[in-house]
Amino acid sequence: MNPWLLLIIPITSAVIIQLGLKRNATASALLSTLSVASTFIIAYLLLGKEVSAAPIEWIDIAGLKLDIGLQLDSLSKGMMIVVTAIGMLVHVFSLGYMKDDEAKARYFGCLSLFMFSMTGIVLASNFVMMFIFWELVGLSSYLLIGHWYHKDSAADAAKKAFLTNRIGDFGFMIGILMLWGIMGTVVFADMDGGKLSLLCTCLTGMVVLLIFCGAVGKSAQLPLHVWLPDAMEGPTPVSALIHAATMVAAGVYMMARLFLSLGITPDTAELIGSAPQVIAWIGAITSLLAALMATQQNDIKKILAYSTLSQLGYMVMAVGLVDANAGMFHLYTHAWFKALLFLGSGAVIYACHHEQDIWKMGGLFGKMKITAITFIIGTMALTAVPGTSGFFSKEGILHAAHESNQALFYIAVIVAALTTFYMFRLIFVAFFGKAKNEHAEHAKEVAPVMWIPLALLAVMAFASPFLGKLIPATEGYHPHLGFEINVVTIASLLAFAVGFIAALILYKGKTSDPVNIPLFRNKFYFDELYAWIIKIFQDALAAIIHFFDAFIINAMIIGGLSRSAVGIGNIFRRYAQSGSISGYAFLMAVGALLVIYFTVFASK
Amino acid sequence: MPTPSLNEYLIISGLLFAIGLGGVIIRRNIIVIFMCLELMLAAASLTLVAFSRFSVTDKGLPDYDGQMLVFFIITVAAAEVAVGLAIIVSLYRARQTIHTDELTSLRG
Repeated sequence: MNPWLLLIIPITSAVIIQLGLKRNATASALLSTLSVASTFIIAYLLLGKEVSAAPIEWIDIAGLKLDIGLQLDSLSKGMMIVVTAIGMLVHVFSLGYMKDDEAKARYFGCLSLFMFSMTGIVLASNFVMMFIFWELVGLSSYLLIGHWYHKDSAADAAKKAFLTNRIGDFGFMIGILMLWGIMGTVVFADMDGGKLSLLCTCLTGMVVLLIFCGAVGKSAQLPLHVWLPDAMEGPTPVSALIHAATMVAAGVYMMARLFLSLGITPDTAELIGSAPQVIAWIGAITSLLAALMATQQNDIKKILAYSTLSQLGYMVMAVGLVDANAGMFHLYTHAWFKALLFLGSGAVIYACHHEQDIWKMGGLFGKMKITAITFIIGTMALTAVPGTSGFFSKEGILHAAHESNQALFYIAVIVAALTTFYMFRLIFVAFFGKAKNEHAEHAKEVAPVMWIPLALLAVMAFASPFLGKLIPATEGYHPHLGFEINVVTIASLLAFAVGFIAALILYKGKTSDPVNIPLFRNKFYFDELYAWIIKIFQDALAAIIHFFDAFIINAMIIGGLSRSAVGIGNIFRRYAQSGSISGYAFLMAVGALLVIYFTVFASK
Repeated sequence: MPTPSLNEYLIISGLLFAIGLGGVIIRRNIIVIFMCLELMLAAASLTLVAFSRFSVTDKGLPDYDGQMLVFFIITVAAAEVAVGLAIIVSLYRARQTIHTDELTSLRG
């Protein structure tokens, strides 16, 4: 199997849909689904094999050689499985979810474009190629968030996602350039981490942090996390695929790739100064704040979005603890169960006629058995019930934190308790109790095309850690898959118990929210703060530019030129054009004399 | 009686030209201005004739080119007088004045 097919198939599908099948929604849906299914098969066949793909030479000028090549190691091959398998299930789910959408062809075309871009990120052999695809996933994410662009909120969310990502990508770009300056190459395989030791840690740390800027934007870490909750304006399958399982995890994947290429291990971490600590703290704080925000949201997708933020914070924290394998392992397990939760929420939203407020649902467990059970399985995995995939991966991160930084460990445990609390709040309110709304009253189980992906993902929520060769990690990484009684396990179980009991007491059978914490409900006022900052700075900048434009350019340069022309003209008008014939005759005589003088006497 | 030299003719014609120009600039009556214009033409004619007289070709004859030009000037001047006087008459009919001080329609 030629690995290049992984890139060629989805882009061909996107192009055919965009150019030829716009009017045939069913055919585009099938083509897109077929393309992702075939890429999944190819990705599966590549597993565990030594394959290489000849790179295509792109740019070769002095000092810079760029290839479009594929990096096929266990990290990228495992990640490909995550991307294509979840992509395939989301495509299948979308066949049901988007059945009656007006722009179904465009939706599936964009999904194919996304699959192409995401594959590019995963398989990129160098940072420049990764950056190109990095921007392409930004574009497809923009297109899909704004799928229902006639809604103002969706169009605004799409713009917000794109602009916020641009901020991070700017740092990423500078980081890539600096890395190229240090290493003399941007190819992952050719990087020599030893060169870092020749440089001041302030410089190397800065490079890593600048590249981390890209991850902050794409993986929605503090302070650029604001776009992800808004991105839930897109169709729910998109939220599952892009904004939960794959694209937002690309930041973590990229950091793992960077650490792997530079050969950063706990022993060599001092080469990049305090960058890992900064990364770990950003991850931890994001994780904590997002979990706090999630406890007070009412929109089912918003709760899951903040939960994604929180889990991404976990992964980033693991990367910062220089245990990228633990981060990637959590990314891998999280992708399955979070896609499950999002698709489950999509099924619930579909069944309730696009009602997203959990306080208007209720009693869904009896009506949508399969969805409810798979959703609860996803929740169990997310809240790290022993035996589920989330338990093992979270254990790995907690373990890494426990070993190197006690403060981060406590934050992670608190986040785990909060996660359990808000997820069971969601379940108690939405799935149990009485139906609080007509739509919820008449909700029916969704069609098999929608519940089969849920069931498969639910299986993966348990099985994923045991499918060893699927795990995207460095060669020879074996996650710890046992259950022992130690501090970490006890803390994890305690956190689960505290969160579960709190949710049970507070939310069982309630019809309205008994807790009201405006600070959490309003997302720590980040949006307001940004609006305020933008207002202050933008207004100041606009005032300066306006002053420059109005006074310097308009009044002085343009206005000044025209006024001086008018003034000189007026002088001529007033004194030369007096209207007296003798005056004209005198001036003509003077002129003639001057002409004679200059031609006859002065020219020599 | 000594024969006047070229310089003396040129000085005379220069004086005539200056008087004519001065009259055009200073005088207010348009008829007088017109006469001064004729004086300037006469000064130019005198110069041409003088150059013709003093520029002798190798056959011992004067160079008649200058005198040819003078004929043209006299012809053009005659036509100019006819047109100019007609303009002045119609100007007087229109404005009831021939004083240039009062003819200021061209003031900017």
